[in-house]
Amino acid sequence: MSKGKVNVFVPSDTAARSLGSEDVALSIEKVALDLGKSVAIVRNGSRGLAWLEPLVEVEVDGKRHAYGPISKDDVEGLFAVGFLEGGKHPKGLGPTEQLSYLSNQSRLTFSRVGIIDPLSLNAYQKHGGYEGLRNALEMSCEEIVDVVTESGLRGRGGAAFPTGIKWHTVLRADGEQKYVTCNADEGDSGTFADRLIMESDPFVLIEGMTIAGLAVKATQGYIYLRTEYPLAIQVMNSAIQIAKSEGLLGDDVMGSGKTFNLEVREAAGAYICGEETSMLESLEGKRGIIRYRPPLPAIKGLFGSPTIVNNVITLATVPIILAKGAQHYKEYGSGRSRGTLTVQLAGNIKRGGLVEIGFGKTLRELLEDFGGGTATGRPIRAVQAGGPLGAYVHPSQFDAPLDYEAFAEFGAMIGHGGLVVFDDTVDMAEQARFAMEFCAVESCGKCTPCRIGAVRGVEVIDRILDGIDESGNLVLLSELCDTMIAGSLCALGGMAPFPVQSVIKHFPEDLRARK
Amino acid sequence: MNKQLSKNGQDSCIPLVREIAERHASRQGPLLPILHSVQDELGYIPNVAVPVIAEVLNLSRAEIHGVITFYHFFRDAPPGKQTLYLCRAEACQAMGARKLEEYAKEKLGVDFHETTSDGRFSLEPVYCLGNCACSPAVMIDDFVYGRVTPERFDSLIDED
Ligand SMILES: Cc1cc2nc3c(=O)[nH]c(=O)nc-3n(C[C@H](O)[C@H](O)[C@H](O)COP(=O)(O)O)c2cc1C
Ligand code: SF4
Ligand code: FES
Repeated sequence: MSKGKVNVFVPSDTAARSLGSEDVALSIEKVALDLGKSVAIVRNGSRGLAWLEPLVEVEVDGKRHAYGPISKDDVEGLFAVGFLEGGKHPKGLGPTEQLSYLSNQSRLTFSRVGIIDPLSLNAYQKHGGYEGLRNALEMSCEEIVDVVTESGLRGRGGAAFPTGIKWHTVLRADGEQKYVTCNADEGDSGTFADRLIMESDPFVLIEGMTIAGLAVKATQGYIYLRTEYPLAIQVMNSAIQIAKSEGLLGDDVMGSGKTFNLEVREAAGAYICGEETSMLESLEGKRGIIRYRPPLPAIKGLFGSPTIVNNVITLATVPIILAKGAQHYKEYGSGRSRGTLTVQLAGNIKRGGLVEIGFGKTLRELLEDFGGGTATGRPIRAVQAGGPLGAYVHPSQFDAPLDYEAFAEFGAMIGHGGLVVFDDTVDMAEQARFAMEFCAVESCGKCTPCRIGAVRGVEVIDRILDGIDESGNLVLLSELCDTMIAGSLCALGGMAPFPVQSVIKHFPEDLRARK
Repeated sequence: MNKQLSKNGQDSCIPLVREIAERHASRQGPLLPILHSVQDELGYIPNVAVPVIAEVLNLSRAEIHGVITFYHFFRDAPPGKQTLYLCRAEACQAMGARKLEEYAKEKLGVDFHETTSDGRFSLEPVYCLGNCACSPAVMIDDFVYGRVTPERFDSLIDED
């Protein structure tokens, strides 16, 4: 941010890039040069307003003004209307913070996302970064764990297990070496919150993991990061290097004499490795076959040692809890679902993106007020909530509040917070078939109901659609779902039938012979 | 994912594989980092690499082979010049990924896990690229593209 230059922010996360933000940045640089305008281009992450990407912002008198979505062809026009002074333009959106999509959110975990240059440690600290760790260094292990427990934070990776209780188990477990592992396998379709935070605010994850390490006396951390996220891998690795060289990781964290080392480990494209025991096998260099439980990973985890396994968002939420206190975090939310949920609006949705809000808003508010309905303008027919193992939610259920317990009540789940929207042209039989197909492709093979059942599921649905003994095969499909749910070792085989059952229940008209 | 080896050139990669394996051997859980490194360097993991890695890590060949085959990302044959990953997952389906998949296969004249006859593209399925709010998504090597219509697909593969 040099003097006399106007700061222009051009997002650099995967979504913005996928829509041309690299070209936009180059074009702004070139046109500015041609016109003799003095601009400093800052590559921020992304605000998560995917539908407005590339979302260019200009800082005028300390206030950021948004323009979007901007293509490289818009750039000359932007200069022509004087966007560097906040000039009016058809794609001008006004002050960024006043965009209702943003101002109606409660950004806690994502408070810096899209605002700062992801690899600027200086910007991170200016915006409250490392306050949490600084506080944690003044506390005992038990005190840190207590604050996390008191905050009500539950795992954001899917199972919603109370984080503080998990940490307490690891702290109490015997072991010379303990580990903190971050599950960054983000395999659920419709989810990108982990990617967004790793690409836009990587230090918050580093800080969260360091606090976790202090809390349970673990000196080594691993981030198991999906290979499908090359940019996130690159940004995380760079941030770790910076944190090391600045004494924020290593043998003397912030001059405290405490050790915490951190490494990214690249996954290799197996969905099942997002399940925590499979992830640990994979980190050990093995096939990602599910482990029997007990023992819990908290007691015998990585290389047989007590291990924290937490999702990216869970760990990235820890710094603000330690910085602002358990009470502050807990004030958000409803019922037993405390704090904020990062909803990801995806698929056929007009305004897709990341929405961080306190638990308790209804699905309808998310889909309509934030999402604006479908991208195609047609009615919404179904929403898959909670990833590929989650039920298809019917419009009659859209008044359900987003809260772990409320969702469980009608057989749905919030999971990692993904909402995948489909319009009325969707063929729900194809969706049911895909759920089984996906399970067959990704099964680790350890148990029969999942390995064989999923393949049979695809065949049975095909027979129904082909008109072969329709009613008999529908009964068979239901029984098969029951068998998989009852007899599978882990949630892949145990939950893949949920989307299928939801189709049987809410969209039976699609599960019929064709022609 | 750049350099490629012909079949009879395979043996020439052994020193490199050994060097990679030895470089990572002292790390905890070194096998995945080794396999990634080998694939980054050679574009795939040639069969001749298996006994070398097994020897360095003091594991059986069957164990190494088992790991390579378990993970979708590792390949034991050379890919095309570029790898095209087509997202098949739900958020992309909701925006036309099934049609795009049909179109891509037809256009390239290949099925998944195959390489075009001119050797330019290998086509791979992928289940989510984290670009689900800008679907359908496609990744070419390391770069993700969003809202890929058949027309945009054409322009992507006709580029460069
Ligand atoms: C098939 C399957 C896939 C999973 N994939 C992920 C994943 O990609 N990321 C994740 O954080 N948790 C995933 N989970 C949940 C993990 O097993 C585990 O509950 C979670 O990482 C714990 O962290 P948390 O308590 O912070 O949520 C998956 C579970 C199953 C059964
Ligand atoms: S349910 Fe499927 S993925 Fe899970 S352990 Fe059994 S075979 Fe493996
Ligand atoms: S479902 Fe295709 S990018 Fe996520």
